Amino acid sequence: MRREPGSDGARRVSTPLLEVRGLRKAYPGVVANDDVSFAARRGEVHALLGENGAGKSTLVKTVYGLLRPDEGRMMLDGRDYAPASPHDARQAGVAMVFQHFSLFEALDVAENVALGMEVPPPMRELATRIRDVSETYGLPLDPNRLVGTLSAGERQRVEIIRCLLQDPQVLIMDEPTSVLTPQEVAILFETLKRLRTEGKLILYISHKLEEIRALCDWATILRHGKVTGSCDPRQKSARELAETMVGSELALPAAKTREPGEVALSIAGLTAASGAAFGTELKDLFLEVRRGEILGIGGVAGNGQDELLAVLSGEARSAPDSILLGDLPIGSFGPNERRALGVLAAPEERLGHATAPDMTLVENAALSGRRRMGMVSRGFVNWGKARAHAEHVIAQFDVRVPGAGSVARSLSGGNLQKFVIGREILQQPEVLVVNQPTWGLDAAAAAAIRQSLLDLAGQGAAVIVISQDLDELMEISTRFSALNEGRLSKPRDTDGLTLEEIGLMLGGAHDLEAGQGLSMPDRAVGSGETSP
Amino acid sequence: MDLGSINPVLLISALLLASTPILLAAMGELVVEKSGVLNLGVEGMMIVGAVSGFMAAVESGSPALGFLAAAAAAAVLALLFGVLTQVLLSNQVATGLGLTLFGLGISSLMGQGYVGIRPPASPRLDLPVLSELPVVGPVLFSQHALVYLSLAAVAGVWWYLRSTRSGLILRAVGESHEAAHALGYSVLGTRLAAIAFGGALAGLGGACLSLVIVPQWTEGMTAGRGWIALAIVVFGSWRAWRVLLGAYLFGGVSVLQLNLQAAGIAIPVELLSMSPYLITILVLVIISSDKRRAQANAPNSLGRTFHASG
Repeated sequence: MRREPGSDGARRVSTPLLEVRGLRKAYPGVVANDDVSFAARRGEVHALLGENGAGKSTLVKTVYGLLRPDEGRMMLDGRDYAPASPHDARQAGVAMVFQHFSLFEALDVAENVALGMEVPPPMRELATRIRDVSETYGLPLDPNRLVGTLSAGERQRVEIIRCLLQDPQVLIMDEPTSVLTPQEVAILFETLKRLRTEGKLILYISHKLEEIRALCDWATILRHGKVTGSCDPRQKSARELAETMVGSELALPAAKTREPGEVALSIAGLTAASGAAFGTELKDLFLEVRRGEILGIGGVAGNGQDELLAVLSGEARSAPDSILLGDLPIGSFGPNERRALGVLAAPEERLGHATAPDMTLVENAALSGRRRMGMVSRGFVNWGKARAHAEHVIAQFDVRVPGAGSVARSLSGGNLQKFVIGREILQQPEVLVVNQPTWGLDAAAAAAIRQSLLDLAGQGAAVIVISQDLDELMEISTRFSALNEGRLSKPRDTDGLTLEEIGLMLGGAHDLEAGQGLSMPDRAVGSGETSP
Repeated sequence: MDLGSINPVLLISALLLASTPILLAAMGELVVEKSGVLNLGVEGMMIVGAVSGFMAAVESGSPALGFLAAAAAAAVLALLFGVLTQVLLSNQVATGLGLTLFGLGISSLMGQGYVGIRPPASPRLDLPVLSELPVVGPVLFSQHALVYLSLAAVAGVWWYLRSTRSGLILRAVGESHEAAHALGYSVLGTRLAAIAFGGALAGLGGACLSLVIVPQWTEGMTAGRGWIALAIVVFGSWRAWRVLLGAYLFGGVSVLQLNLQAAGIAIPVELLSMSPYLITILVLVIISSDKRRAQANAPNSLGRTFHASG
């Protein structure tokens, strides 16, 4: 790893490649960026660190020309820089890899790359160039494959190669590791370090502290749209960084000490095709979850998570005795029958799957709880009971809304997720299945949700958590199982499981030469502990 | 019953012409849907094209001017839909249905003085030498110019979507408008252009009916062809050549069943009349029965409202 001689002083002397001064961007009711200033040089991996909603994305969208600032100015290479559109930004040498990939599933790799270029060469030439660049940077990619058939790691490669083909000076990476396996993260870091030695500036957005400490030369920390700190992250502990970022001490979930009870739900040898166009088939699935335990299911997006949730919730039906609740075969039961028996589920997509976006919280509470909470009699809904249930959830789970009459769409992600999870937990489930319970939430909301899942398991329910956040699974689950291309690995106790072993369980990186993928970034499992 | 009275050469020749309005409208709608917009107003745009083209041709005496007027009028109507759905963000399904009703109404108002008039004849285009060929000559090389134009539209749309940069951007917008916007492409501009193109082709299709096939103006003369065009696009799974197949199948069975009726075949007329619809949809359903592949080709943002929120 390259290091500059000296620290702050020396760093400030060399001329910055990108400089942002007094940037301000306000939306109705919220100031996303307030007087944000920072400077970044060539050959630097510069972290923008902050919680969700801290204004990182707004800031880089401004740099990439997607948003125009209300106040403030930017300088690129000593000249004024005010891109009116991403086209301008790309011409000035600024490229961006998006958090939610800006890719087109039904188009092939070469077409996707062409769309991100200002003046793409003819398709045949482009295919050769894609092959060349992907080999140079160790990111193997076939230009003719449909993006819809690629794994998350491969999709990110498409985005990175799209940027690299334009030979940018500044490369913006927005939360690049959130969907990667540990091995894929290692490859990405190698690529980024290589780009750094080539003299490019990488703006690296993340809220994962260990990654930033492992990779970045400098960090600008944002909170509520303001810069709250700026430091060399390698010289600070993760805890110090976290407190600058969050502004208060974090409450970590209590430790997990439970004796698992009898088997609550089991699946034996289930195979199920996916209903979606680019879905994953579940193959020969074995699963067993006991009362009082949390079974964590890890895996990179698109390896069958949605299909697994559908099979468990009853949205996808199967042979009656392929799924047993205790001794009761429930494979052919639909979601309503399973809900009545206490098998509840909270899917990943909060708006449109977990809740009806334009209906009120009362209505959404009734949709999920009507059977188990006895809200329906003779075909009529007892709205009093539904409202009481919704208000109970709001009070108990600290959902911040004006009232139970608010529509689901009006809630922030964190608040809606608290409502969705709380709505199921307060129905006293026998088995609760959740998919990505804390996706996109800030640390405080995520901690609250994890704690409530731990409490639920403590009360004797069986909980299955499907998540892509390995740290989260290590933190709360008793046993861990990996989902890879629709197959579920044998579960292992989480105590004593290392990140490397998990990486191997997840199937590692795709198309890797043997051995190359095992150089791990300095990244520790779980929270709190850090490695140098 | 006299099946011998059906002349296969004349039948195929008639099929090509009879299918042209639907084919034109369907190619237009294919481009519109590939850009992610569902315009259910095809029927309305066709009939407005039919009446505008008819009026312009009668007043000017030139069929060519009539076709131009038809394309322009229907494109303007389509842009009305475009502004409502893309700028004012109205619901595409409701607006499209409204466009059809509006088109049917305004066309009968516009055409009131033109009922029963014959338009200037628009001659067949005999391709030199080729049209002299026995059998194939009259079938393939002695058709109205619009027939060739519609075939050129199929090839052109196929090539445009497959090979040009602008076609790639159009597909990208239809696939994921958020991603296209994030890359800096104009979702609004692309879609408005596609909608106007779709309108122009639907208008041409309508004029083909009122100036060449019938040729006369009567109220509601498109008789559901716009709906058939819409269905063919979907069942042809958004592929230009399948849409061509669908349109010719529909036109072919329509012409054949008329011939069979005339020949007095012992099948109830009602069954014969419904046969084009049944057969076309059946065949297209069967060839697009691989649900996943059809889904993969369907524009992912179809019918979804896009609003750039920054």
